Amino acid sequence: MMQRIWPAAAVLISFGCAAAAGPAPDDVAWDGSAVDASLTGTPGDPENGAAVMSSRADGNCVACHVVSSLSADFQGNVGPSLDGVGDRWSEAELRGIVIDAKHTFDGTVMPSFYKTGPYIRPGDAFTGKAADGPLPPLLNASQVEDVVAYLVTLKE
Amino acid sequence: MKRRMGLVAIAALLAGSAFADPVEGVDLVINGDETLVIRAPAPPAVSDIFDEVYSGWLYRDEATRAMEEDDFDNPGMVFVDQALDTWAAEDGSEGKSCASCHQGIESMAGVRAGMPKMNAAGDDLWSLENFINNCRTNRMGAEAWGWNSPEMLNMTAAISLQSRGLPVAVETDGPAHDWWEKGKEIYYTRYGQLELSCANCHEQNNGRYIRSDHLSQGQLSGFPVYRLKNAGLVSIHNRFKGCIRDTRAETYKEGSPEFRALELYVASRGAGLDVEGVGVRH
Ligand code: HEC
Ligand code: HEC
Ligand code: HEC
Repeated sequence: MMQRIWPAAAVLISFGCAAAAGPAPDDVAWDGSAVDASLTGTPGDPENGAAVMSSRADGNCVACHVVSSLSADFQGNVGPSLDGVGDRWSEAELRGIVIDAKHTFDGTVMPSFYKTGPYIRPGDAFTGKAADGPLPPLLNASQVEDVVAYLVTLKE
Repeated sequence: MKRRMGLVAIAALLAGSAFADPVEGVDLVINGDETLVIRAPAPPAVSDIFDEVYSGWLYRDEATRAMEEDDFDNPGMVFVDQALDTWAAEDGSEGKSCASCHQGIESMAGVRAGMPKMNAAGDDLWSLENFINNCRTNRMGAEAWGWNSPEMLNMTAAISLQSRGLPVAVETDGPAHDWWEKGKEIYYTRYGQLELSCANCHEQNNGRYIRSDHLSQGQLSGFPVYRLKNAGLVSIHNRFKGCIRDTRAETYKEGSPEFRALELYVASRGAGLDVEGVGVRH
């Protein structure tokens, strides 16, 4: 299956960057299900956002979503197509969805990307072994902003 | 907000209907003469969720499906042959083979269909692997086989073949009931950093694609299956392990009480589907 291929290296990288930028996952300022302030205070890089969304090692959003403008193969359909998502949601709402979609969609299967727990039997990436201490979020603050920057460009 | 949700729902529906279903209009006919039940009315465990339950075979591509339709093309069958040799071979301090007590392996007809079940003492729920190892250690004076050892995988395949065409029918009442409840709880627990339960994928999203994988209902009727990806047989508990690992969680071990409980519950969700002998999956 797809996720097994997400390398441990990516986790280490996100750990390093997360410490450098923005509020920690527990300190994110929510306005309902939206998050107004950029996690980094600087505009995200949409090009890198597209890469994060396509990469099995990072967001792997295409595992569950079709995004016609991305060239990633085998885009899944567990979630809705993200085409036009920039028309449907504001930037702050999109930031909320990427940080932790459970605020927007109660009980959704979409993973929470900027969160550090609590988890049930958290594992050490895809090894099946117990996590060795607290886990870094799936995406770091700048990756979240890069993804948001790409999502707002998805207009019909 | 309302308008947006409407759009989301429509998008989900459109995406769903394009690929949502198991393949239609095909039957699993083995060797041109034995038709297996691969669609069945939903059994009690899932009657409020599904109308019908489906074998994982119906979610695989045509080439994979074809392999299971002919025993000469089914790569799992060579392991059945190996198990038949083991069945007849003496092992252990008592100088006995399986055949010494059970005669022909046909005597195992129906056994797979009822697994897992309570042991004779009535104090534990056992998978097929536990029954086999009990005979080896307590009746033959031989060493237990590892859960994923070739000997064990081959033997469970050969024993499953004896139930081919018989419906899965597990006992979930009486002393097994607590196990079943425990298994159900595990099935709906959202494990790991991705916080996904078995139900998130196999109940809510079967028929959809997660990356290149076409999600099935996660039924057990084909097990042990020959997996093309592993180029070998895969046990039920090994499959569970892989699915939990892929949620970035700490898994349970093969043979653990948790996986035996889960096996009982998952089997009950597929009651009425025929045991396939050796299923072929990608
Ligand atoms: C395991 C599957 C899964 C993954 C992985 C996933 N999502 Fe989602 N996502 C969903 C589902 C399902 C929904 C629909 C919400 C609901 O009702 O649960 C959704 C909804 C959304 C929405 C709202 C869509 C709309 O049309 O209104 C956005 C935006 C979104 N996801 C972005 C992302 C991004 C960005 C990523 C990667 C960082 C991602 N998703 C990864 C399953 C997933
Ligand atoms: C010394 C005799 C003996 C030998 C040798 C033996 N068994 Fe058994 N086996 C039994 C008895 C007795 C039972 C319990 C009664 C029954 O269900 O038939 C049993 C039960 C089983 C069961 C559970 C059947 C059920 O319906 O619950 C399986 C499976 C099994 N044996 C497999 C094997 C295999 C495989 C071997 C060889 C590796 C083997 N046995 C060797 C005597 C033996
Ligand atoms: C992230 C999604 C996901 C989760 C969560 C998940 N699985 Fe799976 N599972 C898959 C995929 C993908 C396959 C391979 C395609 C298929 O048959 O669905 C699979 C296959 C299976 C199969 C093999 C079906 C067959 O016919 O060969 C079984 C059984 C199964 N899963 C059980 C479970 C159980 C039990 C759980 C909970 C512990 C679980 N899965 C959790 C994605 C998942």
